[in-house]
Amino acid sequence: MADDTNIGGGGGGRFPPTRWSAVLAARSDDPAERTRALDLLIGAYWKPVYKYIRIRWNKPSEEAKDLTQEFFTRVIEKGFLDRYDPAKSRLRTFMRVCVDGMVANEAKAASRLKRGGDAVHLSLDFDSAETELGRARPVLREIASPDSMEEFFEKECVRSLFSLAVESLRMECGRRGKQLHFRLFEIYDLDDSGRNRASYDDLARQFGIAATDVTNHLAFARREFRRIALEKLREMCACEDEFRREARAILGVDPA
Amino acid sequence: MSWLSDEAVARLRDAANEPDLSGTPYRYAGALGRGGMGAVFLVEDSRLARRVAMKVLDLPDCSGDLEARLLREARVLAQIEHPGIVPVHDVGSLADGRVFYTMKYVEGRRLDEWAGSAASLTERLRLFEKICEPVAFAHSRGVLHRDLKPPNVMVGPFGEVLVMDWGVAKIFGAAIGAQTASAQLPDAAPPSPAIDSKSGAVAGDTAHGSVLGTPGFMAPEQARGEVAQLDSRADIFSLGAILKFLAAPAAGEKTPRRLAAIITKAMAQDPQSRYASAQELASDVAGYLDGLPIIAYPEGFFGRAVRLIARNRAAVVLVLAYLVMRIVLILWRPR
Repeated sequence: MADDTNIGGGGGGRFPPTRWSAVLAARSDDPAERTRALDLLIGAYWKPVYKYIRIRWNKPSEEAKDLTQEFFTRVIEKGFLDRYDPAKSRLRTFMRVCVDGMVANEAKAASRLKRGGDAVHLSLDFDSAETELGRARPVLREIASPDSMEEFFEKECVRSLFSLAVESLRMECGRRGKQLHFRLFEIYDLDDSGRNRASYDDLARQFGIAATDVTNHLAFARREFRRIALEKLREMCACEDEFRREARAILGVDPA
Repeated sequence: MSWLSDEAVARLRDAANEPDLSGTPYRYAGALGRGGMGAVFLVEDSRLARRVAMKVLDLPDCSGDLEARLLREARVLAQIEHPGIVPVHDVGSLADGRVFYTMKYVEGRRLDEWAGSAASLTERLRLFEKICEPVAFAHSRGVLHRDLKPPNVMVGPFGEVLVMDWGVAKIFGAAIGAQTASAQLPDAAPPSPAIDSKSGAVAGDTAHGSVLGTPGFMAPEQARGEVAQLDSRADIFSLGAILKFLAAPAAGEKTPRRLAAIITKAMAQDPQSRYASAQELASDVAGYLDGLPIIAYPEGFFGRAVRLIARNRAAVVLVLAYLVMRIVLILWRPR
């Protein structure tokens, strides 16, 4: 499938030197630009923040929902991100520290929660976050120390980023008529239904295609996944250095 | 949005890290390791049906600096052909935009792992002599390694030695071809190298924080960031540190004086006081092993006598026995 080798943003090219950064755009005077940036950041961080409040602060679901809403309302209305300096910390760390500060000061926060009817209310799918927490419950019981909570938050951020990238990939494949590519990727790389992993030959038989097509389709989907994940990550970083550090941390690219 | 399990996240991470080999003759066979700017994978070259190691940049390079550095490393390696230096086979770009080069896949153990095995001091020192050879050759071609340390030396199953990871090599002379020299990156002196807490490596040479050396194995002038002043004696210091590592005595033992003198000379703070070349250092180690005079340890009459006796112990014992017998015969001859 020659087509598989030259679709998408890879194609042997480099990233353009200047990329849109949601962190920078969130400080923009242009309301449309700000909204777009905040949508992206909230989309990537709300689940980790909600789960973190539930686990680290042991808050009941309803209270955690309110605190999550409150946190992102502050991000939107109070220019939280104006204080973020990529030279000093990673955005994930900054977010987590801000959440800790807010929840620690809960009495104050609680009074703010009772705000007027014009307060921003974000439409967030808390039920799905609760379901995910339920699935992770056995592992979460082992989490006790602040260090492992930090690790938990980082892990959830990576999961959130990858989930967004997978969704974008699903849409991209649908738009390009590559549903089969995504389906194979879904079965081979995402599915955890407990069965033994299907081989390329199994998949070829199941879908009535050649094993080499399975290889090519999967290579395409993985390449696109990598491109999309890096693109999203880049959008969530303020500068090239931060992006590089984050990519290494998130993709597990640690210097030996 | 679909839920991703920890296993799925791990698989996606692996998938995102794997080099995109579509459109190349290579087939993925596994991950080998990671360096300062890239990852090394084991791939199969389907044209020649052989396994080679592929070094790939971690990420597509926005500025082009890392690409240039990786390509320079490949070109430097291509210029210094020596049995003790891993040969480069191919260079190019992957479909995802990352630059790569392939090189010989070295099967063996890292020097630090090898040294942990039951090798005797003599075996370790003989191996050290072999490490000096490719370094001396590179110096003769005007190439400074700048990151010599046990993990960057591979020992093959037959005792062959390969010096690896020339990613921060510096061209310091005009001996190497102009083509390679033209690929040299700006190598400005970093004002204050920062130590990477994870790798223990020092960065600061470029905006991308390329590894410049490793504390404990790095010459003082290199640690101070005096890049322009570096020459082969910076590598001599690192070789001295490797020798110190290999000659480390067991608990309760002491490093022999002559050997300790070699280490001290190789690791002298003042570059002028070090060995002038890697051959000279290797020659002193060989001299130590063979009981010959060495540069690092000037001897007086008594010292020379002790060394000669130690070196020719059997002959000395025979002569002494002969003399004792003669004396006994003279004294006890019946009158």
